[in-house]
Amino acid sequence: MTEDVRSPLHDEHVALGAALTSFAGWQMPLRYTSDIAEHTAVRTAAGLFDLSHMGELEVTGPQAAAALDAALVGNLSALAPGRARYTMIVAEDGGVIDDLVVYRLADERFVVVANASNVAVVRDALEHRIAPFDATLDDASLRTALVAVQGPRAEAIVTSLTDPGHVDAVAALKYYTATQATVAGIDALVARTGYTGEDGFELFVDADQAPALWRALLAAGQPHGLVPAGLSARDSLRLEAGMPLYGNELDRTTTPHDAGLGRVVKLDKVDDDGSPLPFVGRAALEARAAAEPTRTLVGLEGLGRRAARHGYPVLASAEDGAAVVGTVTSGAPSPTLGHPVAMAYVDPAHAEPGTELAVDVRGRPEPVRVVALPFYRRPR
Amino acid sequence: MTLPTHLHYTVEHEWLEDGSPATVGITSTAADALGDIVYLELPAVGEELTAGSVVGEIESTKSVSELFSPVTGTVVEVNQAAVDDPSVVNSDPFGAGWLLKVDVTGTGPLLTADEYAAQSEA
Repeated sequence: MTEDVRSPLHDEHVALGAALTSFAGWQMPLRYTSDIAEHTAVRTAAGLFDLSHMGELEVTGPQAAAALDAALVGNLSALAPGRARYTMIVAEDGGVIDDLVVYRLADERFVVVANASNVAVVRDALEHRIAPFDATLDDASLRTALVAVQGPRAEAIVTSLTDPGHVDAVAALKYYTATQATVAGIDALVARTGYTGEDGFELFVDADQAPALWRALLAAGQPHGLVPAGLSARDSLRLEAGMPLYGNELDRTTTPHDAGLGRVVKLDKVDDDGSPLPFVGRAALEARAAAEPTRTLVGLEGLGRRAARHGYPVLASAEDGAAVVGTVTSGAPSPTLGHPVAMAYVDPAHAEPGTELAVDVRGRPEPVRVVALPFYRRPR
Repeated sequence: MTLPTHLHYTVEHEWLEDGSPATVGITSTAADALGDIVYLELPAVGEELTAGSVVGEIESTKSVSELFSPVTGTVVEVNQAAVDDPSVVNSDPFGAGWLLKVDVTGTGPLLTADEYAAQSEA
């Protein structure tokens, strides 16, 4: 085992008394005080997250857009500068290598944000796939810090620190757009994106500027109820929001369609002369799109107290000898809803919302009901 | 970490206070590792426990752990206040967050506070 990489904010986390955990080769804050308090702060006020473990891969050059169109399932050449897109990189067989957020910063400049656990494999695959194009890849992961401010007070907090010349642009950001701005005197790429189901911002800055930005956000956020929030709250927030987590809902044996995310696969993207644009995984995903699904990702609402967890079998009923009809991918007691929730892959015959099923929770069946995702939608 | 020295401990992170009946709980190490505890499943009054066997579950938002009985005996009381509001197990694991009172007829392997502290750090 190699030693975990430390976040540029490591000393801040230690000073705040965080419980640290090893995650995807990084030592990151699991929680600062209480998972539920941090989760609730994000739902009602704001939370501050260190996401510096995420990977930032910059793709630049005259053919950067064409290169990404060939490498990813999305239609990145159609993305306007200043916009972001949720997309995926898949293998030839259509299996998901990673789910990504791609930002187009300029015509010839993109940032591909990858999950920490997948940065190396995404980088290697991208490098190979863009080689025929006039485009270059630069792994900026270690020199880039990523800090997220999430929650209904996020806009007030971030704009309170934004340079007067940029404050209107930051306040006007729509979901999945981004702009360069000076925040707390620090140059940042400010994006209105997140992984919590709340409004919020993600700020990409040079790693050596991260501690100053972190402290400024903590101080400015305090009157608004902002607290630092760890990976544990991040996981329960994204689960309530029905957002997939790589390694749980997504992996190499899963296609985007299996996860209910077939919409991110742009089979209609075309090249300059209007013929279907080839991309890695196209043939497999065309076949998958045309086939009857063999499993469906669903939400499960627990009717008892005991929570389904990753890997637990889903049963057709709570009766003895009930058939296994699926597998839980993520599950936890929902702090916002007050009952257990889970996501699971189930046989499509059992996927209709309202269907009563059970989960084998450590040898004892717990009743659950299929519900539409997400479990939680923020009030607007 | 300051551990009450008058208690016995187990490698599974339970504590035991001598008495008739004896009191059983989980340690601050266990409670901290779990995070916010939201659900306790405890044995019923009258249930016969065997030292070392799984007698309950302690569930947090992040994970779940099994409760192992440090003793053999009969449950005479469960901490209903902790069942109703398990956060007390986080806030006061060695006090108000106790779990069971048991008429003890035998014990499993027990550790002193020093021994438990040493193995928790290991």
